[in-house]
Amino acid sequence: MTTTIKVKKPNFFGRMFAKRETKEYVNPYWGGIILGLVLFASFFFTGNGLGASGGLNRMIVFLEDLIVPNHVNNTPYLLAMAGGLKNPLDSWVVFVTVGAVLGGFVSGFFNGRIKVETNKGPNISKKQRWFFAFLGGSFMGYGARLARGCTSGQALSGGAVLSVGSWAFMFAVFAGGYAVAYFVRKLWN
Amino acid sequence: MTFPLNLNELIGQYGAWLAFLAIGFAFGYALEISGFGNSPKLARQFYFKELTVLKVMFTAIIVAMVGVFTASALGLLDYNLIWVNPTYLWPGIVGGLIMGVGFIVGGFCPGTSLVAVGTGKVDGLFFVFGVLFGIFSFGETVEYFNDFFYSSYMGRFTLMEWLNVETGWVVLGVVIMALLMFWGSEILEKNVGGMDQSNAPKARYYAAGTLVAIALAVVFIGQPTTEDKWKIISGEKEPLLQERAYQIHPGELLGLMHDDKIMLNIFDVRSEADYNLFHIANAKNTSMDLLTEMLPDLLLEPSNAVFVVVSNNEERATEAWKMLVAQNLHNVYLLEGGANFWLDVFSDEWNSIEYAMLDGEIFLHDFDAAWGENHPAADPDPHHYEIIFEPKVKLELKKGPSGGGCG
Repeated sequence: MTTTIKVKKPNFFGRMFAKRETKEYVNPYWGGIILGLVLFASFFFTGNGLGASGGLNRMIVFLEDLIVPNHVNNTPYLLAMAGGLKNPLDSWVVFVTVGAVLGGFVSGFFNGRIKVETNKGPNISKKQRWFFAFLGGSFMGYGARLARGCTSGQALSGGAVLSVGSWAFMFAVFAGGYAVAYFVRKLWN
Repeated sequence: MTFPLNLNELIGQYGAWLAFLAIGFAFGYALEISGFGNSPKLARQFYFKELTVLKVMFTAIIVAMVGVFTASALGLLDYNLIWVNPTYLWPGIVGGLIMGVGFIVGGFCPGTSLVAVGTGKVDGLFFVFGVLFGIFSFGETVEYFNDFFYSSYMGRFTLMEWLNVETGWVVLGVVIMALLMFWGSEILEKNVGGMDQSNAPKARYYAAGTLVAIALAVVFIGQPTTEDKWKIISGEKEPLLQERAYQIHPGELLGLMHDDKIMLNIFDVRSEADYNLFHIANAKNTSMDLLTEMLPDLLLEPSNAVFVVVSNNEERATEAWKMLVAQNLHNVYLLEGGANFWLDVFSDEWNSIEYAMLDGEIFLHDFDAAWGENHPAADPDPHHYEIIFEPKVKLELKKGPSGGGCG
């Protein structure tokens, strides 16, 4: 007589959160094709491209408007987004920005790449990496507002619809990166 | 020309928000599977070791570009309604250089850092804090260099206009340029990064060939002309024109001239001689060619902009109206009876001449001097006239985007 031992199958949530095998990233061309189709769909259905820094910008202005509304009302640049009854969060780009975080999370989840970690070059400490991430981010944020768009909103979106300014911007970004890369090589190599 | 859609009208504000959330989701997903949440992988771009950033970015650009201009060539999508980032050349270049430095120091760009945060990367979180701080600092300091921030403005300026080349050839050129860059990238990856390219998928050659083929088709088909665009919408617009839905009475135009909520643009498409004799106050003398040239800027005007075309009677104004409407400019009207009828209504001296729809563009009024807009009838006092007319101007919500990329 054989006894069958019932192995309890993990339930839905058990399966959901079981440790997933970390999958490889897709081929860059394949990733680019998918990203391009997303960008095309965005233009085709809405007339807008993609964006990221604009959403972050509006979140900051929203906070400023909560804390120091008078200051916002006296600064024309901020006023354009938050003046009077305008809610700075009432913009398509805010939703794209929030969606991007969610999309990143879901992809990371199903491909086993969700992990609290600090990615860095081998020759710097975690704290140094955090400091430089913040510093680089400040440059990015400042530059993105000066250029009226970031890599997604200007280079990618404007580039695809053949804006002269966006192409000039794109080459400037690469030029800026390559010009400094040698001097900060310790950060990454 | 059904696309892009007016999402707010079609599915409501919440629906539109959901649609943008979905687009953002797909955006984040595409970035993550490409490895853009991983900063060392991104940084390798700048040491010529692994050119994933360039490959993903330019593949995305050429795929989306070929899609947009194919759809436009087939008459499905109106390129005029697509948001093309206006060019502010030098602020863009300086901003780009600063961002390039930020990219290699911080390891991300704003979009990729969002994905890094979504997948738990602590360095991504610090980067996002940095971006927020940078944006905040910009908002606080821009007033000190406003002149620069608004300098070298060129409006909606495309590579086609800059190079003065047909759209299709530019599309083909960009595809070929990108493919050459990919070829160079693979050589660099092999020689500097020591990457083995032999197991890279052969399918990439087919994909490249397909893109070139479609771009060639775009060259061959060409982009729709104003006439093509008018043909598409004439079935809908011609009857309305016959019902005189767009011919506004001088009384209504006078009302618009004194309406603060409206940004009124009057285009006088008569000859310069007639214009010099007399024209309505603040009307701009524009030939058809000039109007075509001005179109990109007109498309950028806010949604409360109203455009009224004026000729001597209605013939030339109707032509101009058709052109502007075919190019998808909104809130375009023409003056009923043109300048002739306007003077009949607002000038006592010529009351004898009856308004008539005459053939040909003849200015029926004779002036002793070139009055221009100094004539009393150019800017009549609205309180002096009690005119009964059927109002026709309805502010139409703009289709397509209201603000751009990172707006």
